[in-house]
Amino acid sequence: MKKIELFEPAMCCPTGVCGPSVDETLLMITNSFEALQKVADVDAKRHCLSDEPATFSKNPDVLNAIKKDGKDALPITIVDGKVVKVGEYPTQAELTQYTGVVFKNENADVVSK
Amino acid sequence: MDLYDPADLNLTKYLFFTGKGGVGKTSVACATAMNMADRGQKVMLVSTDPASNLQDVFQTKLTNKPTPIQGIPNLAVANFDPVTAAAEYREGIVGPYRGVLPDSAIENMEEQLSGSCTVEIASFNEFANFLTDKTIEDNYDHIIFDTAPTGHTLRMLQLPSAWNDYLDENTTGVSCLGQLSGLGDKKQMYEHAVETLNNGDITTIVIVSRPQRAALIESKRAYMELEKLNINHHILIINGILEQADDDVSHEIFDQQQYDLNNIPDILSQLKRYYVPLRPYNVMGIKNIRTLLNKQQPKVIPMPAEKFDFNNLQDIVDDYLKTDKKIIFTMGKGGVGKTAVAIKIAKKLVAAGKKVRLATTDPADHIDLYLPDKTGITVSHIDEAKELADYQDEVISKARKSMDDDNLDYVKEDLRSPCTQEIAVFRAFARIVDQSQDEIVVIDTAPTGHTLLLLESTQNYAHEVKRSSGEVPESIQKLLPRLQDHHQTEVLTVTLPETTPIYESVRLNEDLDRAKIAHTWWLVNQSMYATQTTNDILSVRASEELEWIEKVADISKGHYAVEQWIPDFEQNMVH
Repeated sequence: MKKIELFEPAMCCPTGVCGPSVDETLLMITNSFEALQKVADVDAKRHCLSDEPATFSKNPDVLNAIKKDGKDALPITIVDGKVVKVGEYPTQAELTQYTGVVFKNENADVVSK
Repeated sequence: MDLYDPADLNLTKYLFFTGKGGVGKTSVACATAMNMADRGQKVMLVSTDPASNLQDVFQTKLTNKPTPIQGIPNLAVANFDPVTAAAEYREGIVGPYRGVLPDSAIENMEEQLSGSCTVEIASFNEFANFLTDKTIEDNYDHIIFDTAPTGHTLRMLQLPSAWNDYLDENTTGVSCLGQLSGLGDKKQMYEHAVETLNNGDITTIVIVSRPQRAALIESKRAYMELEKLNINHHILIINGILEQADDDVSHEIFDQQQYDLNNIPDILSQLKRYYVPLRPYNVMGIKNIRTLLNKQQPKVIPMPAEKFDFNNLQDIVDDYLKTDKKIIFTMGKGGVGKTAVAIKIAKKLVAAGKKVRLATTDPADHIDLYLPDKTGITVSHIDEAKELADYQDEVISKARKSMDDDNLDYVKEDLRSPCTQEIAVFRAFARIVDQSQDEIVVIDTAPTGHTLLLLESTQNYAHEVKRSSGEVPESIQKLLPRLQDHHQTEVLTVTLPETTPIYESVRLNEDLDRAKIAHTWWLVNQSMYATQTTNDILSVRASEELEWIEKVADISKGHYAVEQWIPDFEQNMVH
């Protein structure tokens, strides 16, 4: 079982559509995590600061990163308890690398492993 | 149309009074509650009055819990201010993490929970408490709310998988429902609340409007939005009908009201309609509330018009000229006359030899009526509906490529949020300001501070991380620093001499402060006092404006002006 967790900054709407333009990264992340959740031996979770601050405060790695670099440290990707990426969302290729899940296409609507 | 008298109607247990700011929702709701209580029914009034007027009216300290009112045995009143409720709601989420999470994380959370969406959700949370409380249900014959949840909030709650997919598991993190964080345990309460709203046997939506075209169109919009949600148990109350005219001003008002009522939107004419006459008093004090809906009215004591000496709009424009402002926004809630004021400012600037670009959200044909002679003024139209639709299309077409229908529904609902609308319009401003050279730009709608801060944080983020996704258009990147430059940009707060518009304006100003936007001047528009009317009813109402003009004088530290009421100011106007 691979466990991948994404710690994201507080967002008004996590799709990013409330922002000044469409954030395609967020759409990609939304879809990829949707897809990952359907894979049996992957445990994929997104944590948004405004939704579940407790998860942030309980994670010493995340807490230290924010203490050091402020909210610029976010998003943070953690795989099996280890910080793998800070300050940027992972790309789809990186998600494959972390989880072993191959996304059939860029849109991640179908996955294979 | 019949006179509105709750005694004649078999009203349901739950009543929601809805309508845009300033139509008199709170007054009519209070009067209804008092009228019922006086007839021996047990009544709970739940108000969202931000001005805490009700505390003065009832001479009782009110909270968001039911408080009995001394001297009115059957009435209990609860009052919550949506913005305070939102602040408490926000603090409930953020508070426990102060000192635990770093300051920058706290600030990030606070700003993201400061938008219109949060206010709506926090309000609904309060509503839901009253709608589902068994003790309240058992102990009161009527529970009256002086406002109603917005269509946006209700749609969010009714999305088929809203609760299961989002609140229970909270995995995808999609949608404004993020605003409901920490409320997953209240699922049942929310479901029950929505059920009650939908049940026409126990709930009536009372749409309050004014006998005036813009207000009626707004009522039609509200009606259709609720109708689409299958909430279709409405009545319509037209508040403030002038019953007799005897001088120029009162004749103009009378004629305009009758004309607009005769041309009421079709869909509204199918509703049961009632009216409340314009009274020579505001609903302040228990005595006035008691008499508002009575057939027997006290004798009117007319107030003689007094001389006055207020600044007018020219004084404000002179200051803008002296300080060489380049971007001027007129800001205020709907119905205060922002567009008319923006046109007047444009004309005055042209008269002073300036080149002016007027950016307006009003339709083109409308502006032609207002402004037949456009010498020296270039007009740019912002079609809000089109800007929003374009932006929605852009997002949906990108999202459709990859999302399943359930997720797409969330995105679509996010796209109907008030924040999205603000952003879409702001993108249009940015283009216009970017294009204009050597001109003073006058814009008839101002972005909220929340929008600006959202843009700012996205911009900083894009900058520092140097990532290309969520590209902030270049025009917006250039605009933000200009708007925050007090030498270049001023927002003029336009308001009416009435309680609700003034409190709403104060809120908008606080929001601008957070975004560091200059807003020196206030304009009290549509003043009846300034017309010096001699009509009995109007003169009394005019004299009551003084209190509010003084309030504005105080808030603005003397930087204010007063413009007199102009007939039918939304259709004709500008001399």
